[in-house]
Amino acid sequence: MTKPRTLFDKIWDSHVIMEKPGGDALLHIDRNFVHEGSFHAFGALAKEGRNVRKPRQTFAVADHYVPTVGRERGVDGAEDADARHMIRLLEENCRVNNVAHFGIDDERQGIVHVIGPELGITQPGLTITCGDSHTSTHGALGAYAFGTGASQLKQILATQCLWLKRPKTLQIIVSGKLGSQVTGKDIVLAIIAKIGTAGATGHVIEFAGSTISGLSVEGRLTVCNMAIEAGGRAGMIAPDDAIYEYLHGREYAPKGADWDRALAQWRTLPTDEGARFDRTVTLDATQLEPMLTWGTSPEEALPVSGHIPDPNTLGDPNQRAHALQALAYMDLKPGMALTDIRIDRAFIGSCTNGRIEDLRAAAAVLKGRKSMIPAWVSPGSTALKAQAEAEGLHRIFLDAGVEWRASGCSSCAAMNGDTVPAGLRCASTSNRNFEGRQGKGARTHLMSPAMAAAAMITGHVTDVRKLLAGA
Amino acid sequence: MKPFTTLTAVAAPIDMANIDTDRIIPVRFLRKLRNDKAGYEGYLFHDARFDNAGQEKPDFVLNKPAFRRAGIIVAGANFGCGSSREGAVYALLDYGIRAVIAPSFGDIHYANELQNGMLPVTLPEEICRGLRDQLQTNPGATLAIDLPAQTVTDTEGTAHPFTIDPVYKERLLKGLDDIGLVMEQLPGIESFESSYHNERPWLA
Repeated sequence: MTKPRTLFDKIWDSHVIMEKPGGDALLHIDRNFVHEGSFHAFGALAKEGRNVRKPRQTFAVADHYVPTVGRERGVDGAEDADARHMIRLLEENCRVNNVAHFGIDDERQGIVHVIGPELGITQPGLTITCGDSHTSTHGALGAYAFGTGASQLKQILATQCLWLKRPKTLQIIVSGKLGSQVTGKDIVLAIIAKIGTAGATGHVIEFAGSTISGLSVEGRLTVCNMAIEAGGRAGMIAPDDAIYEYLHGREYAPKGADWDRALAQWRTLPTDEGARFDRTVTLDATQLEPMLTWGTSPEEALPVSGHIPDPNTLGDPNQRAHALQALAYMDLKPGMALTDIRIDRAFIGSCTNGRIEDLRAAAAVLKGRKSMIPAWVSPGSTALKAQAEAEGLHRIFLDAGVEWRASGCSSCAAMNGDTVPAGLRCASTSNRNFEGRQGKGARTHLMSPAMAAAAMITGHVTDVRKLLAGA
Repeated sequence: MKPFTTLTAVAAPIDMANIDTDRIIPVRFLRKLRNDKAGYEGYLFHDARFDNAGQEKPDFVLNKPAFRRAGIIVAGANFGCGSSREGAVYALLDYGIRAVIAPSFGDIHYANELQNGMLPVTLPEEICRGLRDQLQTNPGATLAIDLPAQTVTDTEGTAHPFTIDPVYKERLLKGLDDIGLVMEQLPGIESFESSYHNERPWLA
């Protein structure tokens, strides 16, 4: 009998081209994504006189620098010459290298980690790379997907493979029924709060358990998206019928006889009974509440019913020092109820929470209500924007006084000019609350789309469950 | 790639854990071109290093006279967590930092340092703390890193051994280029791809 293997083991083993003594493996990469920020890698490639070796396995999309307003003007709508140059440079690099490019005007445009699954480019069992740390997102479909820097990206473009050390494996089992308004975002924030931002360093995380398999595809993508915020090299979830149904018929998904063959292969991927992980962590989902961050690291997160901690009570000196600095930057005091935190701006979107389910959840809260604060929604893709409009969601946002924008990374990466002014607090559905992440001096509180919508209505952190109950 | 063998340089202590790559280089500088004429040194720790008027903040370690020529940083745990931006490494390198010593690193940033001929040195929390204390007490003091011997010698002459994967070590010592190494294996790669795609024609 063969040794039981994990989902990760199976993907790794099937992609090893050769191994060196010491555990270095040359890994075949199935799908590589590039975006405007990949210009360093393309530039270095050209300088060395090299080409993209497998252009059909590379996909490009403009997302980080595209404007979310004035999109009818195309590239000219971008706020500054640098951004326009970046968007055009990607198009030019793709033309020269024969790489499929979903540009600013393309109906397939969107955030790279949203369109990969949406177009069926992301599939179970694949190795997927992108010069972006949130590439972990794609693991929700049962892929091994990870971010790289520019040098490794250049190698992948030039060779379609990468020398890697085999990472360790961490299984995170989440069990039990979720309470009302508790989402994938709340699960992953609770995990990061529990294990820390370095809790999974050097590990690939497999999320498992009844709560995870009960999540929608969108919810799973949110969980895997933030695996990197726990330090994980990747996040992944065993594929199941929900994934196969999601993929069927999508543009780049296998068709006809290929589909049947692919499906048979995909069904062999889930972790075998008795397979060994290097570590296992468990979480009881029944105890979870809607979560939000109060500090400047994703691990500085608490349930909405909580209070700002007193740094002096934190046992770990690193955490204590970080919390002191975070409270100063965030201008918050120990002991304060989280629901007393004033909110000045709200942003719904990003590769974490810019999918249809997220837009529906926010719209359900905003329906018939008004936002007290400037707020905007940027759907995760241009196709999703059209879908949401067909469902009438945009009407709900506009009636609530919320801007309905075009698709891009927007205020998550804040590279395109969608910044939060210094000193203001933003309820954000994105993934990072680092100092200056949403703009110099901006203060970010990460939360789910429904929680961000609740904060829009009251102008302060609000338990969406109480708001909807009319309390 | 420039080989890394030994380095004796002024070391700057940064007494903070979870230094993310947004802090090492704010996002607005990532669009800047980098070439022989224009380096990334001015962007390193930009918002911690300069005030809103672009003036140096005197309290920031690299702005203190003794540490201005630092070639090594000694930091807290999880250095370089967050975004995959290799600009963080460009900023460190262009400033003149060739090694970072910390209890742990963000995985992607660790790989990015190696790819650019920088040495990320992992030493236990208490040793990093001790090094930072020495450097605070003796501003401008040097540390000596010996990659072949895998040691960091502190300001009092004590050598602290560190571990590094032998593959990474060899690559740094020789300044090897990964693409060249991969392309040497092209026949094996093509043979793998042929049988792999034979089983999965929709992926080719």
